Amino acid sequence: MRFEMLASGIDPMHQFKIETLVPLHVGTLDLSFTNSSLWMAIAVIGASLFLTLAMGGRRMVPSRMQSLAELSYEFIAGMVRSTIGTEGMQYFPFVFTLFIFVLFCNVLGMIPGSFTVTSHIIVTFALAMMVFIGVLLIGFARHGIGFLGLFVPAGVPVFLLPLIVVIEIISFLSRPISLSVRLFANMLAGHTMLKVFGGFVVMLFGAGGALSVVGIAPLLAITAVTALEFLIAFLQAYVFAVLTCIYLNDAIHLHGDHH
Amino acid sequence: MEAEAAKFIGAGLACFALLGAGVGIGNIFGNYLAGALRNPGAAASQSGNLLLGFALCEATGLFGLVVALIMLFAL
Repeated sequence: MRFEMLASGIDPMHQFKIETLVPLHVGTLDLSFTNSSLWMAIAVIGASLFLTLAMGGRRMVPSRMQSLAELSYEFIAGMVRSTIGTEGMQYFPFVFTLFIFVLFCNVLGMIPGSFTVTSHIIVTFALAMMVFIGVLLIGFARHGIGFLGLFVPAGVPVFLLPLIVVIEIISFLSRPISLSVRLFANMLAGHTMLKVFGGFVVMLFGAGGALSVVGIAPLLAITAVTALEFLIAFLQAYVFAVLTCIYLNDAIHLHGDHH
Repeated sequence: MEAEAAKFIGAGLACFALLGAGVGIGNIFGNYLAGALRNPGAAASQSGNLLLGFALCEATGLFGLVVALIMLFAL
């Protein structure tokens, strides 16, 4: 299938190719401005413009744009309060920034012909490492060496402890990997699937005759899948933010008992 | 067996991850529906958890895809 598509010029992986726009080399470092940098910049500028302009009026009765901005603020603020508690609100700017950045990158990637920044593991891994190192720093700053108590769950029989502690440490260390791979794999798989199905529809219509009538069914299906991808784009940003909150909660209240 | 052939077989086997993801997603929506039919009043408040569970579950299937891609293109 893939080779047939390649022959007809439809390569599902081509959309993930990094292209250099402005070459810039410092020593052995390649700091070129690429299409990835461009869409990251667009996401940041778009998000800043959206939130600044929407809140510019500060009306008592909000306009549509202002409601959108307030809605997203309240959504994340509610999530932070319910997972970490009120003292977690000091980390709200961080969580909100992460959420908005990932959301804008995901949604901007849905524009045909654009570039999905979050479909590259290095971008999501950098974000996840930021969360991971942040959690470590906050945990040790708040609890000192007592933060290591995170690896010793309460109420476990002593003879099971050697096993449980090892499992807890491995699961803690794999957090940045699972957090980044989840977002990256979702974006990669979704966009590849759209392209493969889209190429299939184009090939059917191109075949002409009865086959182009058959092609209407996958065309409708891909429309539904595109709608699903918009849901996934939002959902993955939400999941990234929720898991960040859960990890922060571990660092603030060991064993997550904030109630 | 040629190494190239083994790669493709391995990549195909990695798709078994979908088995677990399918069972998991079915479980989540099935249990949500069962709970929602028993207590419709509480259903709306749990839709956030439903979507969170769905997204976490779906991602495990995609880990299999990543393994398949690594086998095909990185090894």
